[in-house]
Amino acid sequence: MVNRVITGAHYGMRDWLAQRVTAAIMAVYTLIVAVIVLMNTPLKYAGWQALFAQGWMRVATLLFMFSLAWHAWVGVRDILMDYIKHDGARLTLQVFTLLLLGVYVGWTVQILWR
Amino acid sequence: MSSAAAKKPRPKYLSLSALLFEIRLPLPGWVSILHRISGALLFFPLAAWLLYLLDASLASEAGFERIRAGYLQAPLVKAGLLLFIWAYCHHFCAGIRFLLLDLNRGIELRQARASSVAVLVVSLALTAVFGARLW
Repeated sequence: MVNRVITGAHYGMRDWLAQRVTAAIMAVYTLIVAVIVLMNTPLKYAGWQALFAQGWMRVATLLFMFSLAWHAWVGVRDILMDYIKHDGARLTLQVFTLLLLGVYVGWTVQILWR
Repeated sequence: MSSAAAKKPRPKYLSLSALLFEIRLPLPGWVSILHRISGALLFFPLAAWLLYLLDASLASEAGFERIRAGYLQAPLVKAGLLLFIWAYCHHFCAGIRFLLLDLNRGIELRQARASSVAVLVVSLALTAVFGARLW
C-alpha cells in the first residue's frame, strides 16, 4: 500500500502527459502547414480555399484545435493556479478559460464545414 | 558561525527594485518565463484573432482579398502579426527544448545554457525571416 497524500482529484500525470502529446501533434501539423504555405506563396484564394476543402486537412485542423484546447487548458490552469490566490476569482477565470476554448473549437468547426 | 555568512546582509523580502535590477534571471529562466508569457498571449487574444483571419479569408474571395490587400497592410496589424509569429516560434522552440529535457537530453548546465541561447536566437531569427516576408 503506497502512502499517498491526498492533494486533489488526481496527481497530474495525465495532464502532464496530455500536454506533451498534444504539443507533438500541434508541432507536426505546424510543420506540414508551414511547408505547404511556403511552397505556395504568394497565396491565392483558390489555393487557400482548396487546401481547406480537402478532407484530411479539415480533420487535421480539427485535431489541431482539439489538441490546442487540451494543451492550453493545462497551461492556463497552471498559470491561474500559480498567480490567482483567491479561490472564487480563480474558479471564475477557469470557467471562462473553458468557455473560450469551447468557442474556439466550435468556431473552427464552423469555419471548416461551412 | 562563519563570519562571512554572518556579515552579509540578507534581503528579508523581494522589493520591486530587487526583482528588476538585482536578481538576474539565468538564461533558462528567461526561456521559461517567455514560454509562459507567449503561451498566455497565444491562448488569448492571438488564437481568437487568427481564427477571425482564417474565417474571413476562407469565407469568400472578396473576404480573402480584403484581408490580404487591405487589413494585413495596416502597420498595427503587421505589428500584431509579428508578435504572433514571435510568440508562436518561441513557444514552439522552447517547447521542443522542454520535451528534450523531459527525455533527459541536454540537462547538463553547459548544454542547458547553450540550448537556451539557441531557443532565444532561433525564434528571433525566424521572426525576422517571416517578418521580412511580411513587409
